[in-house]
Amino acid sequence: MTDYLVEMRGIHIEGRTDETWMPIIKGVDLTLKRGEVMGLIGESGAGKSTLGLAAMGFCRDGVRISGGSVKFDGIDLLAASAEKKRQLLGKRIAYVAQSAAASFNPAHQLIDQHTEAPVQHGVMSRTESEADAVRLYEKLRLPRPKEIGFRYPHQVSGGQLQRAMTAMAMSCRPDLIIFDEPTTALDVTTQIEVLAAIREIVDEFDTAAIYITHDLAVVAQMADRVKVLLKGDEVEENETREMLSNPQQDYTKSLWAVREFKRPAKPAPATDATPVVSVQGVTAAYGKVDVLHDVSFDIHQGRTVAVVGESGSGKSTTARVITGLLPPRLGQIELDGEALPLDYRKRSKDQLRQVQMIYQMADTALNPRKTIGEIIGRPVEFYGGLKGRAKRDRVAELLEEIELPAKQYLDRLPSELSGGQKQRIGIARALAAEPKFIICDEVTSALDQLVAEGILRLLARLQDNLKLSYMFITHDLATVRSIADEVVVMKDGEVVEQGPKPEMFQPPHHPYTDLLLSSVPEMDPDWLTNLLHERGVENIGDAAMQKMD
Amino acid sequence: MHPVLKIILQRLALGLVTLFVVSIVIFTAVNMLPGDFAQAILGQGATPEAVDAIRRDLGLDQPPVTRYLQWLSGALQGDLGNSFAQANFASFVGADSGVRTTVAQQIAPRFENTMFLAGVTAAIAVPFAVTLGILAALYRNSVFDKAANIGTLTSISSPEFFVAYILILFLAVLNPMLPSLSNIYEGMPFSERLEKTLLPALTLTLVVTAHMMRMTRAAILNLMASPYIEMARLKGVKPIRVIVRHALPNALAPIINVVALNLAYLITGVVVVEVVFVYPGIGQLFVDSVKIRDIPVVQACCLIFAAAYILLNLTADILSIVSNPRLRHPK
Repeated sequence: MTDYLVEMRGIHIEGRTDETWMPIIKGVDLTLKRGEVMGLIGESGAGKSTLGLAAMGFCRDGVRISGGSVKFDGIDLLAASAEKKRQLLGKRIAYVAQSAAASFNPAHQLIDQHTEAPVQHGVMSRTESEADAVRLYEKLRLPRPKEIGFRYPHQVSGGQLQRAMTAMAMSCRPDLIIFDEPTTALDVTTQIEVLAAIREIVDEFDTAAIYITHDLAVVAQMADRVKVLLKGDEVEENETREMLSNPQQDYTKSLWAVREFKRPAKPAPATDATPVVSVQGVTAAYGKVDVLHDVSFDIHQGRTVAVVGESGSGKSTTARVITGLLPPRLGQIELDGEALPLDYRKRSKDQLRQVQMIYQMADTALNPRKTIGEIIGRPVEFYGGLKGRAKRDRVAELLEEIELPAKQYLDRLPSELSGGQKQRIGIARALAAEPKFIICDEVTSALDQLVAEGILRLLARLQDNLKLSYMFITHDLATVRSIADEVVVMKDGEVVEQGPKPEMFQPPHHPYTDLLLSSVPEMDPDWLTNLLHERGVENIGDAAMQKMD
Repeated sequence: MHPVLKIILQRLALGLVTLFVVSIVIFTAVNMLPGDFAQAILGQGATPEAVDAIRRDLGLDQPPVTRYLQWLSGALQGDLGNSFAQANFASFVGADSGVRTTVAQQIAPRFENTMFLAGVTAAIAVPFAVTLGILAALYRNSVFDKAANIGTLTSISSPEFFVAYILILFLAVLNPMLPSLSNIYEGMPFSERLEKTLLPALTLTLVVTAHMMRMTRAAILNLMASPYIEMARLKGVKPIRVIVRHALPNALAPIINVVALNLAYLITGVVVVEVVFVYPGIGQLFVDSVKIRDIPVVQACCLIFAAAYILLNLTADILSIVSNPRLRHPK
């Protein structure tokens, strides 16, 4: 018998693009003892998820394990029959997916999905498993543990679903759980609840886990050991504390350095200056329900206002009001001191030109059937009236501006670009209109930190060169620290606090700002423990209860 | 009010509006047919006086708008008018017996037969096609999958009468298991009626299976890449259970829609099969009535066909809505 629960040796994994097999993982070893938690970090495309799934002996369609061996408790998973593997999955090896909302079957109640694995594998009867589910829900501090199981996934919030999924993974008391970015899609305040719940339950049942994430601060809280991956290769592996305090490889050091990008503070704008955009007393509704209440703030030339808050706080709705997509019920929007028509259909071409937008999901914001040249050329022609050669030159100029060589990229389709490159195209498209003001809606939250930093630097440089004003919608306070001049904190459709960045990051805070700030994970491995201690562990459950009611 | 109930009421109202629009279209289209009943029944040698007399008697001399309104108000009260062909023309010689066969009386038994055939076919075809689709999805790209695809495509591509004759050849002539004539009549015992209906029902099954089976397969495969299917597989759920329990409930909406379209076809489009098996359904009646310009029957048939289409699609819509847990269980 081996000492290891999981022993992966010389793993090679390939993915098919068109007709050729391209390597995804290039000979990685991974070993895990019983009860140990391994953090797997790297940017997207590094092969973290693929490697995590391979530890279950599982490959997605179009992916194959081309070399190496995977042993789970002495069982060779690559040689085992599909039936044999099926009997292990769910029972002894469980999986927690990134998006619980997408990974729960919308057609069934949570409890039906929870009890499926224990009943199908013959571990427990349906009644036993139901009772056990209630105990697990309690342990994970889900509100109303007796009733929540009888809800459908769409009736439960994201953070609760993520905990319900962890409970589901625990349903057969597996030896190993693969956590695939379980908190990436959550707000910082919700993330803490889920992290604490996962850590506690993994400790209690002494479950081994592979914790996949791109967030170093998260991995610092969760893992005993950390393995860093880069483009399918292992960079290094070490004890968590050792890795944090003393990274050996340049790449690891660069990951650590990301959080240090900070723009120098700009001098405050003259008190009598007319703001580029002024949001004044805006109240807006979807249907009959008011979702924004009396929101006011100014954005001055060449400055960045970060609007922060959890999802549902009204950040994106504010953007919709400014762009005229959602005319507000009360209040108005001024551009350079002049009131803008509330409905975008009533705005002049020039007014439309001045306000541009960059979206969170560059994937869906770019027409997949148009080339880059066409995507950027359209606003050049529409707003600038340029045609033929002049248009082509202008598009090339814009591409140079966003640091992509025009010759190579002009005729490519969005699908041929990486996530960061697509976001750059989104920026170029906004720039093509030559606006004064750009709304950046979570533009970096779908990107990895290194790539995100590149985007932030680009935006900062463009701001300096072109005197642009930004409204930067984000829930990531690290981003706020690095790029904002002023901060607006929103909650439930209201502005709870606003002011210049240095003031906002200095106490005293509004209690909600304080909650947001203190919820951002820090690199210190003891951060979560200390924070829970500070807040009192019970409070997290109580907070969740309050949210439910 | 529960949101589902509200949607159902909205759809019902919309269905009625559609039916009204369709009634206008039917009336206009039927009136655009060249010639009329009087010419058709009296033939080439008719005197203008006789033609005029019949027209006057049947109200064909009225302007179209008047006739439409008369027809509509009758139809609204459930009176679809009298069949021209069954009218007693004794009135022309001054001895009106007063007996006239109404359209409703003429259509009712035929319609019942058609519904019976459609029902038997649906009872065989829908479970068969859906099961075949599920199995094809389970064993996708296998020999079974390909054979099922080729088989159903072949049967849908062949003309209906050809499929019918092949079935007669194998099931009635070479192996006399089933009767090749489906001359059913009122009062026939159910078992005998079923036996006589089986061969046309099997023919129609072969015709409608392909659509439903392929849609079932495609709708399920469409979901196989979704995260919750991956989750089910990673929970160690058996492949067949992954499909039936996790994919199928989420694939129901498109499947239900295709099933509804095919059922509507079974009610409205089976005249060829009826002719081959001498089955007294509404299709034959419809074609005969068009031939002799028996306008009230033609209009009534069209209206029934339209209502069947609208009703089945409405049912499909409602079922797809009900199959969505987000609507069934609002937050």
